[in-house]
Amino acid sequence: MTKLVVVTAGLSNPSSTRILADQMAAASVTALEAGGLAVDVEVVELRDLAHAITDNLLTGFPSGALADALSAVAAADAVIAVTPVFSASYSGLFKSFFDVLQPDALDGKPVLMAATAGTARHSLVLEHALRPLFSYLHAVPVPTAVFAAAEDFGSRGLADRIERAAGELADGVLRRPRLMAADPFEDVTPFEELLGA
Amino acid sequence: MQFGIFTVGDVTPDPTTGRTPSEYERIKATVEIAKKAEEVGLDVFATGEHHNPPFIASAPTTTLAYVGAQTERIILSTSTTLITTTDPVLIAEDYAKLQHLVDGRVDLMMGRGNTGPVYPWFGKDIRDGIPLAIENYALLHRLWREDVVSWEGKFRTPLQGYTSAPRPLDGVPPFVWHGSIRSPEIAEQAAYYGDGFFANHIFWPASHTERMIDLYRRRFEHYGHGTADQAIVGLGGQAFMRKNSQDAIDEFRPYFDNAPVYGHGPSLEDFMAQTPLIVGSPQQVIERTLGFREYVGDYQRQLFLMDHAGLPLKTVLEQLDLLGEEVVPVLRKEFAALKPAHVPEAPTHASLVTARDAVVADLEEVSR
Repeated sequence: MTKLVVVTAGLSNPSSTRILADQMAAASVTALEAGGLAVDVEVVELRDLAHAITDNLLTGFPSGALADALSAVAAADAVIAVTPVFSASYSGLFKSFFDVLQPDALDGKPVLMAATAGTARHSLVLEHALRPLFSYLHAVPVPTAVFAAAEDFGSRGLADRIERAAGELADGVLRRPRLMAADPFEDVTPFEELLGA
Repeated sequence: MQFGIFTVGDVTPDPTTGRTPSEYERIKATVEIAKKAEEVGLDVFATGEHHNPPFIASAPTTTLAYVGAQTERIILSTSTTLITTTDPVLIAEDYAKLQHLVDGRVDLMMGRGNTGPVYPWFGKDIRDGIPLAIENYALLHRLWREDVVSWEGKFRTPLQGYTSAPRPLDGVPPFVWHGSIRSPEIAEQAAYYGDGFFANHIFWPASHTERMIDLYRRRFEHYGHGTADQAIVGLGGQAFMRKNSQDAIDEFRPYFDNAPVYGHGPSLEDFMAQTPLIVGSPQQVIERTLGFREYVGDYQRQLFLMDHAGLPLKTVLEQLDLLGEEVVPVLRKEFAALKPAHVPEAPTHASLVTARDAVVADLEEVSR
């Protein structure tokens, strides 16, 4: 079963960010299934985890539902990450979630990036803010990132971009060998090796 | 089983009065707290090590020697000694000297420190944290066990035919615990040497501590020091008590809400559910502490953090009365009844001397 995790940082309910996230998830499932994969989708709504994320920043450990969400991202085969644009960048809540994610959780993982904003003036946020973030986290953001201004929800062009990006995400998953993250408690480095390092 | 307290030596304003103690007051209070710990029947007093305000925990052996001169019985320890940024040659001298002065009532807990800039302050690089802990301790281990050491490593100047003085008391080095919140490498290090492993425990969920201790126990057995359940485990804990549990919660809440480390974050109730913090009646402290054994197994040392976050000295001393009179006697009895005979107690200077003499006698027997 291919695990697709959707991280969405919209604050209102319903939010256009969540609407975009759902459309991208649906297109990705279609593309992955076309490649012969069975897909399990899990949506992580950051609004519901906002207090827990702040607590994690202060205490250094994730509690309950946040711990589950972070584990889901770490175990995912692909991630869709969608943020509203705040003050010319991703939202603080969106960034904070990736700040508390364990550093190797996205290693080599295909990521589909998307953002929403009131107007098209913010569209390059995906390229100047999100893409460097995911590159830094050693993820593999697909070439097409999807930006939706309010007016785009009435245009055919958005659906085309979503379809194209979803296809790239599916290609990334199909090409990528399934990697299991090392468990530091099971795969312990023997002391002689530590001593010799 | 050993019971005691550990302090980080923070100088924190009392949030209920806004008053900040002076360094002088906090240093003297620490000594009072240590003496009280012995008076109420605790086994261990441990002090942390910090090299910056708002802490008064620098120069730990000065504090421990001063306390040692005014106490008879309590074991003096550290929580932790910075094995990363302190020259292991100095640690070897300082703690061997302390061992002589206080007739062997000394052990140490090694740690890496949690203040990033402490590395550059002492000419080190934080990215070398683990390699420093490993190389420095390997040298310290030899300095205490070999009379003449020639050594070369990456992080300090080489030694040629060097003898650390004074030699450890009775030729037996202080017992060492290795403390870590999150690094499996440190559990592995403790297991390799057959040293103790101390899980800070108090800042993280129990599931995390459980995995660290399990790793340490498995590897302790792997390295041939005994069975996994014979490994030497210590745990941190944190408690605030009043006869009536609601009084404890009401009184402690402002200290919790404004505490360094976790203040202004989760609620007191959430943090109690997520970590081993216990605020309530002495009976609740007893029950929760007995529960630690369910996920770490039979263990040897339980230290409580009792004096941080701006709690006034008077309150801390009251807490120690409750701990010593109502909690620890019950815990001693209950833990002892549960512990199988093959699980050892925490090593002390006396037990280490006895064990060493037994090995020597065996060798003499064989050579005859």
